[in-house]
Amino acid sequence: MTVIEARGLRKSFGATVALDGVDLRVEEGRILGLIGPNGAGKTTALNAILGLTPYQGELKVLGRDPWAERDQLMRDACFIADVAVLPRWIRVSQALEYVAGVHPRFDRAKAEGFLAKTNIRNTSKVRELSKGMVAQLHLALVMAIDARLLVLDEPTLGLDILYRKQFYDSLLNDYFDRSRTIIVTTHQVEEVQHVLTDLMFIDRGRIVFSCSMEEFESRYLEVTANPEQVAAARALQPIHERPVLGRSILLFDLMTLDKVDRQQLAAFGDVRTPSIADLFVAMLGNKAGNQARVTQGAGR
Amino acid sequence: MNTQSNAVPDSPLDERVVAPAAMVATRPFYWSVRRELWENRYLYIAPVGVGGLILFARLISLAHLPSRMRTILTLDPMAQRMAIEQHYMMTAGLLMLTAMLVGAFYCIEALHGERRDRSILFWKSLPVSDLMTVLSKMAIPVVVLQLIAFVVTLAVQWIMLLLSSAVLLGSGMSAAMLWTRLPIVQMSAMLLYHLLILHGLWHAPFYGWFLMVSSWAKRAPFLWAVVPPLAIGIAEKIAFNTSYFASMLWTHVGGSPDGGSRAQSGSMSDMLGHFEPVKLLTAPGFWAGLAVTAIFLAAAARLRRYREPI
Repeated sequence: MTVIEARGLRKSFGATVALDGVDLRVEEGRILGLIGPNGAGKTTALNAILGLTPYQGELKVLGRDPWAERDQLMRDACFIADVAVLPRWIRVSQALEYVAGVHPRFDRAKAEGFLAKTNIRNTSKVRELSKGMVAQLHLALVMAIDARLLVLDEPTLGLDILYRKQFYDSLLNDYFDRSRTIIVTTHQVEEVQHVLTDLMFIDRGRIVFSCSMEEFESRYLEVTANPEQVAAARALQPIHERPVLGRSILLFDLMTLDKVDRQQLAAFGDVRTPSIADLFVAMLGNKAGNQARVTQGAGR
Repeated sequence: MNTQSNAVPDSPLDERVVAPAAMVATRPFYWSVRRELWENRYLYIAPVGVGGLILFARLISLAHLPSRMRTILTLDPMAQRMAIEQHYMMTAGLLMLTAMLVGAFYCIEALHGERRDRSILFWKSLPVSDLMTVLSKMAIPVVVLQLIAFVVTLAVQWIMLLLSSAVLLGSGMSAAMLWTRLPIVQMSAMLLYHLLILHGLWHAPFYGWFLMVSSWAKRAPFLWAVVPPLAIGIAEKIAFNTSYFASMLWTHVGGSPDGGSRAQSGSMSDMLGHFEPVKLLTAPGFWAGLAVTAIFLAAAARLRRYREPI
């Protein structure tokens, strides 16, 4: 079943084009990573999907028009827009009570179960919690909602590494199943690489690359070439090359190479699956003037 | 949702489809109003505080009560009644004023604050429509604050009535005058009617305007709420040397739906009973005000839909 379907999605703010004809299709049971440099249009795309911003073009989310039916859509979809959107005055107990009051699919006992595993006390106000605890609280609220689509926009920004790891672990272990769909944008690409089932690169309002993670793993190879074989490896036209500690690391797209397989490449040196960040830099960093932004965007 | 469940009738999703139907719209509305009271505790702290202050001041005045009572006893029944009512009116009036100020302040902040602290993104992540959010916020000045003012007024009044009686009995006088001259139950009913109809519905256009401005303004919502009406009034005065706009606003604040001014009326019960339901329902100003309110609220809801954190 298709959860999100977009055709020719456009959105501009004055002269700035945030979305420039995005076509998108997300099936049920996927975890899609939307990766892009700052200002690429990630948040705008998510806002359109969530009915937070008007747009041009066609968009259906869970069969609904999100802009016209946001409140209806939010019964089946939920989102964490940012780490700091929980109202600072609210008490944990009040947040539970309120969501239970307005959301027909919220399971309060489940949320309390998640919170019991944390150090968050029921009587605390959000303003008294650390940033990491606020993220835990928000995640506990969201995971207790029996939704079909979860959208996460930089859900772990500014959290320390322990909280970040825990965040994705509980998402995978306690929440995700094949009937749910998750879309996540993040700059900490390495941390979501093992979580994702699908990958999408967005740049200047366009989807520039999209594949499943299986495809990603079978298609892209990174070779840390032995010095004497670098020239031979270069002859096979890697899509990217970068020097690391005096050695060259070459990135190959096996689809574009004829009759070249892993064994052949392995002869040049150590072979491994590249990180998403490396592929991102290879594909988008080559554009003149984009380098600085992209390396930052890829979390390097 | 429905179209999908029709398309796949055997899917396990059907159970999920049934759930929302069970939830009626009043439940999210109720919780939306409750959360306003959690967030803005001044909504009841301010009236209770003012009530407490009045009570304190009147407690001190109890010292003069026996001598005052002796003077009152020499008056004719109508004057007696007015003298006894005087304090009740003052208490009710001060709490009405408090509720008006608190309501105006609340409305100007209501839809601006949630954008300033970015919490609008959290509220919008829940299945509550913009219109329901706006209506729940409108319910605060129109209903909730008026009920709070009513309860506080009543509490102060009853405490004073009991204490005054005790003081009079203690000084060897009869307290009967306090109870017979003051039709307290009848007056309470009229006070409630007065608060809900006049301070709630008749003032509703103001609260609607404040909410709309709060939803629209990127910064300084207070200035946007106050300056444009002021500017229109001044421009009209300069251009045409008339003040229709200003007097229209003033009638709506100080007057009552049938055109009379509340300030002139003498006795409390006269004042509260000043307008009758029939007069009210046939007063065009009342309905025009409600229509304008509806426009303001619809605009506030529509603006909130487009609004992002600031």
